[in-house]
Amino acid sequence: MWDYSETVKEHFFNPRNAGAVTDANAIGEVGSLSCGDALRLTLKVDPSTETILEAGFQTFGCGSAIASSSALTEIIKGMTLDDALNVSNQDIADYLEGLPPEKMHCSVMGREALQAAVANYRGEEWKDDHEEGALVCKCFAVDAVLIEDTIRANSLSTVEEVTNYTKAGGGCSACHEGIEEILTRVLAEQGKTFDPNAAPPPPVGKPKLGTLARIRRIESAIEAIRPNLQRDHGDVELVDVDGKNVYVNMTGACAGCQMASTTLEGIQQRIVEDLGEFVRVLPAPKGPLGQGQAPSAQGQHAPA
Amino acid sequence: MSPHPQAPAPGIYLDNNATTMVDPAVVEAMLPYFTEQFGNPSSMHQFGDRVGRALKTARQQVQALLGAELDSEIVFTSCGTESDSTAILSALKAQPERKEIITTVVEHPAVLALCEHLEKEGYKVHYLTVDKKGRLDMRQYEDLLSNKVAIVSVMWANNETGTLFPVEEMAELARSAGIMFHTDAVQAVGKVPIDLKNTAIDMLSLSGHKLHAPKGVGVLYLRRGTRFRPLLRGGHQERGRRAGTENSASIVGLGKACELALAHMEDEKTTVRTLRDRLEKGILAAVPNCFVTGDPSSRLPNTANIAFEYIEGEAILLLLNKLGIAASSGSACTSGSLEPSHVMRAMDIPFTAAHGTTRFSLSRYNTMEEIDRVIEAVPPIVAQLRKLSPYWDAAANAPVAEPEQAFQPAYA
Repeated sequence: MWDYSETVKEHFFNPRNAGAVTDANAIGEVGSLSCGDALRLTLKVDPSTETILEAGFQTFGCGSAIASSSALTEIIKGMTLDDALNVSNQDIADYLEGLPPEKMHCSVMGREALQAAVANYRGEEWKDDHEEGALVCKCFAVDAVLIEDTIRANSLSTVEEVTNYTKAGGGCSACHEGIEEILTRVLAEQGKTFDPNAAPPPPVGKPKLGTLARIRRIESAIEAIRPNLQRDHGDVELVDVDGKNVYVNMTGACAGCQMASTTLEGIQQRIVEDLGEFVRVLPAPKGPLGQGQAPSAQGQHAPA
Repeated sequence: MSPHPQAPAPGIYLDNNATTMVDPAVVEAMLPYFTEQFGNPSSMHQFGDRVGRALKTARQQVQALLGAELDSEIVFTSCGTESDSTAILSALKAQPERKEIITTVVEHPAVLALCEHLEKEGYKVHYLTVDKKGRLDMRQYEDLLSNKVAIVSVMWANNETGTLFPVEEMAELARSAGIMFHTDAVQAVGKVPIDLKNTAIDMLSLSGHKLHAPKGVGVLYLRRGTRFRPLLRGGHQERGRRAGTENSASIVGLGKACELALAHMEDEKTTVRTLRDRLEKGILAAVPNCFVTGDPSSRLPNTANIAFEYIEGEAILLLLNKLGIAASSGSACTSGSLEPSHVMRAMDIPFTAAHGTTRFSLSRYNTMEEIDRVIEAVPPIVAQLRKLSPYWDAAANAPVAEPEQAFQPAYA
């Protein structure tokens, strides 16, 4: 049984705006019959203000597809088309208080139906830009197609690299066999064989950095990671660099997240690659740092 | 008709092909083996001896239900999946010169996923196809029999549609070609009469929890003289064919469940079948655009698989569940996969119907009153979902004209 939120259930049992809008002047039809999810979104748009006056949906799909469709119509009613186009699939999922990872594609379908409907209103042709594969990583909802494309685009050769680029395999690690199979297949296309013991490609020899340049490099590595974390409503900030130790603050959803240590490892990996030297990424201890005294990982626990 | 010895949880349970309620008499038989009868059956003392005797009784009870010639042909395992893996891997190990397997496209994942894995290891697997009613083509089967084939593994009854395969006939053909024959009979045992001593079946898998015994116990039937290589090696339990201390309470429970299944075999053919037919007729009469999948002329007496066109199965299940009715579906969404059930696809059921397939699987504990409540509950649920469907014309209460053309979503 899926772990649906109360809001998902409520929108499924009592869908809002079900049915086609009469006199609709924007229609979007998306979905895939093989997957069993398809949606027709009909909108009545006021031509003078480009405001969505009415929105209706017809969905062939599961509970979360119907709930996502219902949520989408509720969100966009009264919006201008430009504002509506800023609604992301995460907004739809958030409105529903979350969707199981296997069901996130239902929210993607909602956003795409909206894009298709707006394109239809404006007389443009909407082109779908993503292909969905079988779900490989359930912790981070990463599918096979994304993993394959990322391996090809970045010439990846190890599971570790796939995790760093896509997050797939970064959680419970149960999908590592599946990732190895994808690597084996994609590498075979390139005439290479997958070596499970291969070390990640060594960082290219870089000249030794000065202190400021080194900290800037660390900062830019962290900046590059932040959008990934923000996508999951988390964030990270650099607090201090002390020799080989880099102290960061995990904020937002990352704070207290079960995956926090995995995330830290990912950040460390990225910084190590960018710097070309080994550093350790640690959560910054609470309270002010400094007084010339290196904070230690021990002894920082809150008093019981 | 057996009485309700103990009312199950409130609700109407029509998902008995997924798992069954443990019969209260089975629970009662098991209880002493959690407490005072705790001995290890391999031990020399009285504590072990009493458990050893109970296992012997259980073995004979299973033997009787399967119609096996000898009780030594019964090997207790942990589940149906273990029995399937043991059978297929044993045949490959015992005959290393034979590198081919014959199975079907509609097997349970316990066999299919193993076969797909074996393909990666270099074995050649032949998948027999089925027609629109889920039936095999015997000529295709006969053409594949050769001395390269190590084992044929074909299910007795399909878990989704209940369709029965002619395994006895297929086993005879395999035997004449000198090939081992295994059947995954997890859905058939306890629902249709089986008499293994008069067949050419070499190996058979069954699972306790499908016939009112607990989960975590299964059986591999292994015909005397069949060349065998164990999956688990270790102690001498099960005559060295399945090492590991016996799950004695569950084995005792399985024995009792087999005894009850044999006693109730007639009920399956009469009472359960009558209820199933009533359910099916009632739904088909009240709901437009739905049909039975599989082969109605040859199937399990307890299973009705109905495809409701233009709606999706998970949504049906959620609404049924709200009314306390438990069933299951072949839609992609219920499993989290991207495709509807491989069984429905193999039968060439169109996507617009395959996603709406709903399986009602009964047991001898269901009542006429329950079935009548389900017959009443289903039509409004289907109608409610069709109101939302882009393929359905609510005003006409019929599919829109040319449904496949009227709604052609862009792939997303």
